[in-house]
Amino acid sequence: MNVLIIAAKEIHQAIRNRWVLAATLLLAGLALSLTFLGSAPTGNVGVRTLDVVVVSLSSLTIFLVPLIALLISHDAIVGEMERGTMLLLLSYPVARWQVLLGKFLGHLAVLGFATCLGYGAAVGALAATGSQIDGDSFLAFAAMVGSSVLLGAAFVAIGYLVSALVRDRGTAAGICIGLWLLLVLIYDMALLGVLALDQGRSISAAVLNAMLLANPTDAYRLINLTGFANVSTFAGMAGLAQTTSLTIPVLLTALLGWTLLPLALAALAFSRREL
Amino acid sequence: MTSTVRVSNVTKAYGRIEAVRDASFTLDQGELVALIGHNGAGKTTLMNLMLGLIRPTSGSIEVLGDNPAAGEFAGRRQLGYLPENVSFDPALTGRETQAFYARLKREPIAKAIELLDAVGLGAASRRRVNTYSKGMRQRLGLAQALLGEPRVLLLDEPTTGLDPELRQTFYDIIARLAAGGATVLLSSHALTELEERAGRVIIMNRGIKVADGSIDELRRLARLPTRIRLKVAGLAASEMPAWAPRDTTCRRLNGHIVEIDAAPERKIELLHRATAAGNAVEDVDVVPPTLDELYAHFLRQWEQAP
Repeated sequence: MNVLIIAAKEIHQAIRNRWVLAATLLLAGLALSLTFLGSAPTGNVGVRTLDVVVVSLSSLTIFLVPLIALLISHDAIVGEMERGTMLLLLSYPVARWQVLLGKFLGHLAVLGFATCLGYGAAVGALAATGSQIDGDSFLAFAAMVGSSVLLGAAFVAIGYLVSALVRDRGTAAGICIGLWLLLVLIYDMALLGVLALDQGRSISAAVLNAMLLANPTDAYRLINLTGFANVSTFAGMAGLAQTTSLTIPVLLTALLGWTLLPLALAALAFSRREL
Repeated sequence: MTSTVRVSNVTKAYGRIEAVRDASFTLDQGELVALIGHNGAGKTTLMNLMLGLIRPTSGSIEVLGDNPAAGEFAGRRQLGYLPENVSFDPALTGRETQAFYARLKREPIAKAIELLDAVGLGAASRRRVNTYSKGMRQRLGLAQALLGEPRVLLLDEPTTGLDPELRQTFYDIIARLAAGGATVLLSSHALTELEERAGRVIIMNRGIKVADGSIDELRRLARLPTRIRLKVAGLAASEMPAWAPRDTTCRRLNGHIVEIDAAPERKIELLHRATAAGNAVEDVDVVPPTLDELYAHFLRQWEQAP
């Protein structure tokens, strides 16, 4: 009950602060522009326009959704402490884990709303312009939206963990930007570099799989680019899709783990913290 | 009398600095207790300990049957708290803020909104909190602290930023709550205000409880002189009246007034002597030591103790 009260207040605040509006418009704008401009290289001869959209949108999501998630989550705890509102909230009959979980649900609802509506606009626009959408493509698209929300959830949880551990908002923001750069950009480049240097001598497929699962954005990428045969042909990952042993349930479990573990650690850090 | 707050041998250290050192006291139902001390004397630390926001380094605390340090919070439905610098989410209106806190305490929203009117925030309650002045935020802070007829009220500097009229209303409200059996602990710098209202005073200095008792008890303990001012006619500018005792300090104030520092047990005797002498005592004022003076006395005494 307390969790829902706090979640409702977070949503209310996000609407008031126009976070919901901004995130939805951003995602919708990018989804729409990718839908119509992104099909230029492939032309409009293919009937599977939506598959192309899934590939380009999921690549975009990897950059954008973690960024939005970290933006709304990084000051969830330390920011409220600095503003002094946490002091009053914790004098109420609520447990600290309830505060954290309530915020999480609220932020997740905001992110989920923005993603569904923003990306849904792309499908709506395709349908409105008369593109044919078959069941497989739609399934891949729905999976993309769902996994995007899950990716957002993972980064919201990571943001909370940072927020629960640091002393001030500036540090939280700095660490979150660093984490974003690391997980979204540097990790893959470093992984590629290591693989190229190693030439397959000591890094086995199992190690590679583990390294891919160790980054939520890679788990997300694999779900969307290799998970569906119709999509992976466009993504240029058909080869990888056939060799990888990482199935969708494994990848989803990894993303879920990337959500629950930081969330649990954040709750632990927050419960031990002194104000 | 049942106690609502029990603090036993509590020490809270931050590194080598002890913000509270071995403090013990119990607060009972219906008590209005003033917690006074310099900035940094440990008043806020004590309140934060009672709320479980921080954990004691040693010792134990019980508030309404809960151990706040262990994260127990069942009793907090009946606890009201007003922090020193209260702040609210700026995007929400006063009404929305109050409704949110009422939901957390499972209180009816309509009753919570009535409290906003009681603190004089009725008209402004539909405006966003970021448009509020300091005094209006303080009013909203009071309104949320009063939610649900609390049995324990912890108020940290509650009257800063309130205008005199609202101060009066505020003290009326908490006096009514205390009369109804609530424990009110309030810290303040406005000692003169507390003097008439607080049934009990706890004085803190550098984390140590240096005095604890009703104002009368503290006066007895402090043995500070009561000042008796007599307006006497027909005396020369520096002349002392014949009945003035030789063993106490007497002063002449402007013109006709003689001021005597009387030890507490000699008040009546001195008054007798003054009036028995017959000559023209026109007026008399008896000023017992104020809370300000008591506070200064106990701090001095403590600083001078080896």
